[in-house]
Amino acid sequence: MLAKRVIVCLDVRNRKVTKGVRFEGNVDLGDPVEMGRQYYLEGADELVFYDIMASAEGRSIDIGMVRDVAQKVFIPFSVGGGIRDLSDMREVLLAGAEKVSVNSLAVKNPDIIAQGAKAFGRQCVVLGMDVKRSSHPDCPSGYEVVVQGGRKAMGMDALDWARRAEKLGAGEICLNSIDADGTRRGYDLELTRLVSCGVGIPVIASGGAGEVGHLVSVLREGQADAALIASMVHYGTHTLAEIKSGLAAAGLPVRAMEN
Amino acid sequence: MASIAIVDYRAGNLTSVKHAFAEIGHDSVITRDPSVIAGADRLVFPGVGAAGASMAALRDLDLIEPLRDFVAGGRPFLGICVGCQILLDNSLEDGTTPCLGVIPGSTGHFAAGPGVKVPHMGWNPVAYARSHPVFKGIPDGSPFYFVHSYYPLPASEKDVVARTQYGDTLFASVLARGNVVACQFHAEKSGKMGLRLLQNFCEWDGKP
Repeated sequence: MLAKRVIVCLDVRNRKVTKGVRFEGNVDLGDPVEMGRQYYLEGADELVFYDIMASAEGRSIDIGMVRDVAQKVFIPFSVGGGIRDLSDMREVLLAGAEKVSVNSLAVKNPDIIAQGAKAFGRQCVVLGMDVKRSSHPDCPSGYEVVVQGGRKAMGMDALDWARRAEKLGAGEICLNSIDADGTRRGYDLELTRLVSCGVGIPVIASGGAGEVGHLVSVLREGQADAALIASMVHYGTHTLAEIKSGLAAAGLPVRAMEN
Repeated sequence: MASIAIVDYRAGNLTSVKHAFAEIGHDSVITRDPSVIAGADRLVFPGVGAAGASMAALRDLDLIEPLRDFVAGGRPFLGICVGCQILLDNSLEDGTTPCLGVIPGSTGHFAAGPGVKVPHMGWNPVAYARSHPVFKGIPDGSPFYFVHSYYPLPASEKDVVARTQYGDTLFASVLARGNVVACQFHAEKSGKMGLRLLQNFCEWDGKP
């Protein structure tokens, strides 16, 4: 049976892993390559690296870092942040990432999803979505797509956008709740279920994980295919082994730890 | 040390396989040079993208005969993902694409349904149908990393080494015939068990 994935997210700024609450007040935590290697050895199912400043600084992603990660990590990883066009996507994939994540670029230019899927295969293209609860009249699902770390609402319905991206060729959706992000009070279960059941491609739940029970809820009630975590493991409050055994104890199919 | 060649057919990222061999202490070369392929002790055909595009690239690069010759020579050959599918007679991806015909069979496509997302993406157990040298020391039911929408449909049960269940579909996830072994999952991205498989491949003499 296909395992539910536990994916560790590393936000990177100036080649340091960083963690902020609601995109503010970031602190540096360590070297992304070393941390990625450590999480791989500890049993992470997959890693995600976001260059969180590339977009704001209008530069391309740190390709040297992607190459270094590819030499040290023997599980899949995806890379996002600051992807500007198809040639940026190609560079990231050639540097060794399995997948490339597009977020605000896809909102601006949805066709980039179709272009990426055609050029590299849909399994390489992840749609990153930042979403928050909304009463906007054009958002009947009650959730709206936002960009710029949640600061700019787009008036786009989140479920519509997810379905459209699937049709365009996205192979996976990483669904981040801006309301829950950084709170450590749990994922937005309603949002996750809405999108995960509304599309036929895998959905990664993101934002709000603080304890193992939150992962259990989002993988079961939220119907997510994978759960993204960051601060739970970055701050050493939890280990991947504890998280995996907690999920297994709750009856969820997980990839057992290797010896 | 024995030489390992990784077939470069313009499919994008092939360095992951090279890095994985480096991690376990084996040099390898990424090549599209038929003479390097002919002279290699072991050949790896990694998979990225679609079967049709892969076959077209192989034709373009005049690599189909060198691959067939290598297989006929009896030295160990490893196919990964699409590199597994193109060993079959044909693939249904992009219509009906004639493939290498090293192992009789075709491919199927997962049907999406409730709880079954396509592509099949993630870690899924691999259950043995029989033993094979490349799985030495790897427990039955170990999970490996898959990313694919099409899966191998070999004509003969005898060519099936292991199977994997996804939704209602039990598919052949590892095929082998003679000196050829092929896995639908990405061994190079399957953690320590994947590296173990690659290590076993490096030690395999190509005999079933």
